[in-house]
Amino acid sequence: MKAVVTVIGKDTVGILASTSAELAKANVNIIEVTQSVLQDFFAMIMLVDISESKLSIDELKKDLQENVEGMEIHVMHEDIFNSMHRI
Amino acid sequence: MLNTSDILETIKMIQDENLDIRTITMGISLLDCADSDIDKSCEKIYEKICRLAGNLVKTGEDIEKKYGIPIVNKRISVTPIAMLVGVSGGDPVKYAKTLDRAAKTVGVNFIGGYSALVQKGFSAGDKELMESIPRALSETEFVCSSVNVGSTKAGINMDAVKIMGRVIKESSEITKDRQCIGAAKLVVFCNAPEDNPFMAGAFHGPGEPDCVINVGVSGPGVVRAALEKMDDTDDLQKVADTIKKTAFKITRMGQLVGEEASKALGVPFGIIDLSLAPTPAIGDSVAHILEEIGLEEVGAAGTTAALAMLNDAVKKGGVMASSTVGGLSGAFIPVSEDAGMIAGARSGSLIIEKLEAMTAVCSVGLDMIIVPGDTTPEVLSAIIADEAAIGMVNSKTTAVRIIPAIGLKDGEELNFGGLLGYGPVMKVNTKSPAKMINRGGRIPAPIQSLKN
Repeated sequence: MKAVVTVIGKDTVGILASTSAELAKANVNIIEVTQSVLQDFFAMIMLVDISESKLSIDELKKDLQENVEGMEIHVMHEDIFNSMHRI
Repeated sequence: MLNTSDILETIKMIQDENLDIRTITMGISLLDCADSDIDKSCEKIYEKICRLAGNLVKTGEDIEKKYGIPIVNKRISVTPIAMLVGVSGGDPVKYAKTLDRAAKTVGVNFIGGYSALVQKGFSAGDKELMESIPRALSETEFVCSSVNVGSTKAGINMDAVKIMGRVIKESSEITKDRQCIGAAKLVVFCNAPEDNPFMAGAFHGPGEPDCVINVGVSGPGVVRAALEKMDDTDDLQKVADTIKKTAFKITRMGQLVGEEASKALGVPFGIIDLSLAPTPAIGDSVAHILEEIGLEEVGAAGTTAALAMLNDAVKKGGVMASSTVGGLSGAFIPVSEDAGMIAGARSGSLIIEKLEAMTAVCSVGLDMIIVPGDTTPEVLSAIIADEAAIGMVNSKTTAVRIIPAIGLKDGEELNFGGLLGYGPVMKVNTKSPAKMINRGGRIPAPIQSLKN
């Protein structure tokens, strides 16, 4: 089962590090990462494998929101994007 | 991998543009609960609803968490109760109270099906149920009621229309200390769909399976936002195309949620209702879509044309996205549930006669319209008859959910709270149609050829 993690906000040091550390703690495997910085605006999208995750999607989202400060974070099941954007 | 902008688009739709699944509605057949003893009948109903829908709310919440998509309402629709009254006799309100109790136990926020289908005439139980509606709606919290008074195949049952004018008035009067909420939970239909998941008109038709999951999607805010990004000089074909694409995406999400819910509950998946259902929240308005297309305010000349295009484009986009589409499927235009419509009604730009014309091209009818409290039952009946005639002749569903605001005059406002919203009392033509309504009988079904 895969999920998409998005992290959006003001660019600072260590966003990628703190996000991936939390994911590792939850036993979530990162499959792919894309990130871009436009002016000061940071946007990162991760495709992660949550089959072995210790946390549910909802808990994972809460955990990331608490531990990666000042960023807007979403964790959503991959299916929702696939169904919306692929025929 | 998925495209970054697609991902951000989806998140923005949910976060900023009020995209949600408006309702997961479980349809439950109560035909096997019918018993000649009304108390036994009620007992069986309560047991069956609790058994089948016990997990409905929790399943809905689980899906919300899994996909991060809000599912606003979990609801139940049941077999038209008049059929059970026909078998058992007795006071129909007992059924209403049983439904209310079951709804409370399983935690849904509405249960629909306190209904009768009388388009061609009354059978045992129908009249008793119709007469009991005001009491049933005032003595229960979650029960919604609907009556189908006409169809393209059967014509319009004007005896039923006459009764319903009075029943609406009584429903309002009996709940006048609660913002006339009774009438807000009562819909009079022509060509009522049997698989509609939206309240207050949902019931589980006799042609439906024992238990089924239907899903109603929403998303006027998403459509408006998509149109907002367009250039003012883009032509209407492009506008229609954008609406179509957006409706496709919204519906795909509904399909996903419906399938997931049906799997989790072990109940077959019925239909997706593609309706654009507004809420009073800012940015969730159908009227604002019409204004975005290019009208100064909803109600202006051009409103009907814009709505026709919107409604058609929503259907075209949605049909491709789902394997089974049904219900009402189109754009809803309830006045009190739509911030733009409320503004239009307040300013006087939107009047009942224009709304009536709009109902000829959109999915439902005169919905959540507040009229002066002294409107006579005959006028209410005649409004129902007009609306039913539009549905009958155009082979489409039309409905009337109209609330006489007891004690209020035009300009004053009612506030139902929550999704039912608030709105001003609208002016009604008070010339008397009493002679026509009192004739009773039936308006014959229309000819299906010589279409002009």
